[in-house]
Amino acid sequence: MGITQILFWGLSVLAIFAAIMVVASKSPVHSILSLIVVFFAISGHYILLNAQFLAIVNIIVYAGAIMVLFLFVVMLMNLNAGSEPQKHRLLQFAGLISGGCLFLVIISAISETPQAASNVMIGTGNSGLIKNLGMVLFKDYVIPFEISSILFLSAMIGAVMIGKKN
Amino acid sequence: MLLAIDMALVIEKLVLIVIVVMASLVIAMYTTFAERKVAAVLQDRRGPNRAGPFGILQPLADGLKLFFKEEIIPNFSSKALFILGPSLAMLTAIMTGAVIPWGDKVHFFNRDISLQIADVNMGILYVFAVVSMGVYGIMIGGWASNNKYSLMGALRAASQIISYELAMGISLIALLMVTGTLSLKEMVVAQQQGLWNIAYQPLGFLIFLICAFAECNRTPFDLAEAENELVGGYHVEYSSMKLGFYLFAEYVNMFISSVVMATLFFGGFDIPFLNEANYDQNWMALFGVLMLMAKVVGFIFLFMWVRWTIPRFRYDQLMNLGWKVLIPLALFNMLLTGALVLLKHNGWHF
Repeated sequence: MGITQILFWGLSVLAIFAAIMVVASKSPVHSILSLIVVFFAISGHYILLNAQFLAIVNIIVYAGAIMVLFLFVVMLMNLNAGSEPQKHRLLQFAGLISGGCLFLVIISAISETPQAASNVMIGTGNSGLIKNLGMVLFKDYVIPFEISSILFLSAMIGAVMIGKKN
Repeated sequence: MLLAIDMALVIEKLVLIVIVVMASLVIAMYTTFAERKVAAVLQDRRGPNRAGPFGILQPLADGLKLFFKEEIIPNFSSKALFILGPSLAMLTAIMTGAVIPWGDKVHFFNRDISLQIADVNMGILYVFAVVSMGVYGIMIGGWASNNKYSLMGALRAASQIISYELAMGISLIALLMVTGTLSLKEMVVAQQQGLWNIAYQPLGFLIFLICAFAECNRTPFDLAEAENELVGGYHVEYSSMKLGFYLFAEYVNMFISSVVMATLFFGGFDIPFLNEANYDQNWMALFGVLMLMAKVVGFIFLFMWVRWTIPRFRYDQLMNLGWKVLIPLALFNMLLTGALVLLKHNGWHF
C-alpha cells in the first residue's frame, strides 16, 4: 500500500462520513460545515489525480464563496432544529426508497463501465494542470466557453434585477 | 518497509514547517509591539516601555496576561463552534506560509534545500483559496457567540471579504498575464532577472494593496469591529486566549499579506542591483531572506501608518469603493494589460 492509497482511503472515509453528517446533523449550520469538509475531501481526491486547478477552484468557488452564502442565509434566518416542520412518516419512507433506487442505478452504471476494471491513473495524468486545461478551453472549446460565460453574466444581471424590484 | 518515503526529505520539510510557523508567530508577536510603538510615535507618546529595556518584553507580558485571564463561554452558544472559530482564524492565517518562497536554495549536508515548503504550480491560487477560507473563522465565531453585535460584525466582515476578493482576483489576473506563471518561485526568479512586477503593474499593485487592507480587516476597513457601533465586533463574547487568537490572527494575516505583496510585486527575496550567482550560495540565500524581511517590515509599517492616520470608512462608502471603484478599475487594468501583452506578443503591430 503506497502513500497515495493511504491518502485515497483516508479522504474517501472522510468524504463519506462528512456527507452522512450533512444529512444527519440536526443543526443546519453543522450541515453546512460538514458540506465544506466534503468539498475539501473531494479537492484532496482531485490533487491525487493531479488535477490541481480543479482542486483549488473547487475550494475557492464552492467552499470559499457558495458555502459562505449558504452560511449567511442560515445564520440570518436563524433556522433551528425545533422550528423545522417534521415531515410525514410516509414522505420519509418514499424518500428513502427513491434515494435507494438512485443509488442502485448509479452503482450498476459505474460497474458496467469498461474502465471500471482498470485502475485510475493516480498522479500521472497532466490534463488537469492549468496550462493544458487553458490550452484545451481556449483553443478547442472557445465558443462553448464564451457561451457559458454569457449565460453566467445574464444570470448575474437577472439576480440584480430581481434584487432591485424589492 | 511499508512506505517508501525519503526520510531526509520529510525531516527537511518538517524543520522548514516548524521554522516558518514559529517565525510567523514570533514576528506577529513583535508586530503587536511595533504597532503600539508606531502609534505612540504618531501620537507623540512614549508607548510601552516598562517590561524590559525599551519595553521589549511587552508582547510576552501581553500573552501571559491573556493566558491567565478567566475563560468565559456564553451559556447559550454552541460550544464546539465557539472554540472552532478562533482556531480556524489562526489556522488559515498560518497556512499561507506553505507556498511562499522564503529564500533561494541553500546547500547543506550535500543537499540542495529549497527555502520553500511546497513549490506547487498553483502557488498564487493556493494563497487565494486560503484567503477565501479566512472568512469562516470570523463567521463561525460571530454566530456561535449568540450575540447580535457579534453576528453583525461577522456578517459585515464576511461581506467585506467576499466583495474585496473580487477586485483582488481581477488585479491578480492582470499580474498573471504579465508573469505567465502561477508559481510564486518562478515569479521571483523572473523578477530577479528582469524588472520587478511593480514596474509593469502599478495600478494592479495599488488595487491589490487596498484589497489586502480590507482582507486583513485593518483600518480604514475595520468595520467588522467598529467599537463605536458594534461594541467590539465579532469577538465581543470572547475572552482569554481565544480573544488573543483572533487578535493575533490579524497580525499573522498582516505579516503574510505583506510577504505575498513583497513576493508578487517587489521581487521577493531578490536583492536589487546584485547578481546573486556571483557569490556564495548559502550567504546569498541568507541575505535574500533578510531582504524579503526588510521589504515585509516596510509593508507592515505602511499598514500601521495608515491605521493611525486615516479614519474608518462608513459601511456604504466601503461597499461603494469595493464595487463601484475598485472592480471597474481592476477590469480596466486587466483589459489594458491583456491588450499590451497581446501587442508585445505580435511584435508591437496591430
